[in-house]
Amino acid sequence: MKDNERHTSLQLTVLVVLRFLIGWHLLYEGIAKLLNPYWSSIEFLMESKWILSGFSEWIISNSGVLNTVDFLNTWGLIAIGAALIAGLFMRTAAISGAILLFVYYLVNPPMIGLEYAMPSEGNYLIIDKTLIEAVALFALAVFPTGSIFGLDMFLTQFKKRIKKPVKKETE
Amino acid sequence: MAKEKEQKSEEKKSLAEKTTVSRRTILKALAGLPVFGIFAYKVIEKRSADQYKKRQVLEELGINEIEVPEEKKSETRKKGDLLRVGIVGYGNRAAALAKGLGFIHPEEAENKKRDDTLADWLSQENLNVALTGICEVFDLHAEKGLATARNELHPGGGAGVNLPVKRYRHYHEMLESNEIDAVVIVTPDHHHAQMTIDAVQAGKHVYCEKSLIRTEDELYQVYNAVKNSGVVFQLGHQISKNVIFQQAKEIIEKNILGKISLIEATTNRNTASGAWIRHLDNDGNPKPGNEKTIDWDQWLGSRPKVPFSIDRYYNWTKWFDYSTGLIGQLFTHEYDAVNQLLRIGIPKSVVSSGGIYYWKDNREIPDVLQCVFEYPDRDLTLMYSASLACSRQRGRVFMGHDASMEFGASLSITADGDSTRYKEKISEGIVDPSSPMFSYNPGSGKIDAVTSATEKYYASRGLTYTYMNGRPVDVTYLHIKEWIDCIRNGGEPTTNIERSFEEGVACMMAHKSYIEKRRVEWDPVKKKIV
Repeated sequence: MKDNERHTSLQLTVLVVLRFLIGWHLLYEGIAKLLNPYWSSIEFLMESKWILSGFSEWIISNSGVLNTVDFLNTWGLIAIGAALIAGLFMRTAAISGAILLFVYYLVNPPMIGLEYAMPSEGNYLIIDKTLIEAVALFALAVFPTGSIFGLDMFLTQFKKRIKKPVKKETE
Repeated sequence: MAKEKEQKSEEKKSLAEKTTVSRRTILKALAGLPVFGIFAYKVIEKRSADQYKKRQVLEELGINEIEVPEEKKSETRKKGDLLRVGIVGYGNRAAALAKGLGFIHPEEAENKKRDDTLADWLSQENLNVALTGICEVFDLHAEKGLATARNELHPGGGAGVNLPVKRYRHYHEMLESNEIDAVVIVTPDHHHAQMTIDAVQAGKHVYCEKSLIRTEDELYQVYNAVKNSGVVFQLGHQISKNVIFQQAKEIIEKNILGKISLIEATTNRNTASGAWIRHLDNDGNPKPGNEKTIDWDQWLGSRPKVPFSIDRYYNWTKWFDYSTGLIGQLFTHEYDAVNQLLRIGIPKSVVSSGGIYYWKDNREIPDVLQCVFEYPDRDLTLMYSASLACSRQRGRVFMGHDASMEFGASLSITADGDSTRYKEKISEGIVDPSSPMFSYNPGSGKIDAVTSATEKYYASRGLTYTYMNGRPVDVTYLHIKEWIDCIRNGGEPTTNIERSFEEGVACMMAHKSYIEKRRVEWDPVKKKIV
């Protein structure tokens, strides 16, 4: 219950709510891709500008790689989203999610001078919502709540049970 | 001992107390559970709402879930059925047709393996065809054809047929040969009509690339020759084999668009290659070929004698001596798509205009062209609008009173805001006239390894691949397969001589109008363009 002592309950609530919201968003992004048989990352990748454009081209030019990327994307989003909501392996999920979102950001970053064919739904200069969501996930990884409001609690307990007797012996 | 035991059990108790998790802690740990519950409920709710709306629209349109036609397998495959095919002219297009027949150049097979598309080709049906002749005026191209015919890699389980293949210097020698049952003509356009006539007279079945003719006289001659023969003739317009086309046909038959009064077919390309400047390689050096390796006299055929020119050899489309430019090369595909759907046939009148506005080289053909075809009996205008100097995407659009349909590689129907039929549904908010109410994009997200701008143009018009059972199928293969099935089992290919004749007349009218700078008409009694 160390974490509980570190945060006030208001701080904890806000962190958990943020975790649920991002989890919900990523889970639905994954589910929506899963339910749409025609979805592919190709259109997103084709728009790629800036430092990852070469990488994106490589993915597009190879249908095997593209299929793998699509598969990993869909199931990665589902796994990360579900893990965030459940609070299971939360720190790993938050960090992986942050990295994934950061890659999305780098594929189409709103840098000065880059024009995209697909209009964005808002106005962005260098910073966009994807980047903010990525950083928010980093924040969640730094302030993990899974072992209080999440299944990570059981993992923590399990670890404690294994550790305790060992400690005894060394004493 | 007893004391020790007591101590141990006490220790256990305190440890258990420490590690036992309170109910409150467990409940807190399961905080995500209700979130999952709400999530699942909402996902299902959204799905059913989406499907309800879709069903409403589909019910209104009278089309149910899209049935994707399965690839028809050839019916007969007796041993004696082996068909021996010769190809006349072996450029890039011929290589594509050879792939349809089940033959691939070893180098291209390697490329396909690398970009992961070889498996799609290998899953084609084995058509039981042997490539026994290549007729080419250029040694380099002939070698490519021969290597392709000799390659033992075949689709459909791999057990294809490799008979000895012969290079013919002149197509007459090929037509005289007993080792050829059918010919595929893939030369520049100025040879198509004469070669078809000669092949038909030699009793060979003919698959000819577009455009079939270059002049009005040729059209009547080739029509009569094919009509009076027993051979199976197919013109190379593969659009009707696209799944999208079948969809479009269903939509037209169900009158979903209402009365169609205007059809706009377009071409937009904006590259040198797209404007038929193709004699230089990627480094800007002239492509191979010279008087020694190319039989120039034979290449020119009946056309006026001019000195050898690498420009003319590769870029023949630029001159009226060898083609009708945009009309013969690209409008023919557009016309075929419209004619196969609506059976519009021969127009009453045509007006063409345009000019050489961008590619100011030595060309004769216009790079901007509009042709307007009138069908007063059908209350319909077909307009063709083309630019080789702007790649703005304009589709192929059928404009009806109730809805418009755009189709190429994908298909979409958008209700008209002032439609009579959808008025109610629009006011109920079920149909939104600002976005497609129905769209079908079977290949979205799939890769065709389409690279060049010209290939992309063809792909966007639905002329490269279609999707069946989730995998890409080459429409050229399906088109050439139809021809072969008709040779074996009888029946009429889609682009038979009747459709080709109608197309030929429409094209000749458009061409004549452009050249003579006047409105031309079709005289149905005299069967002549006036």
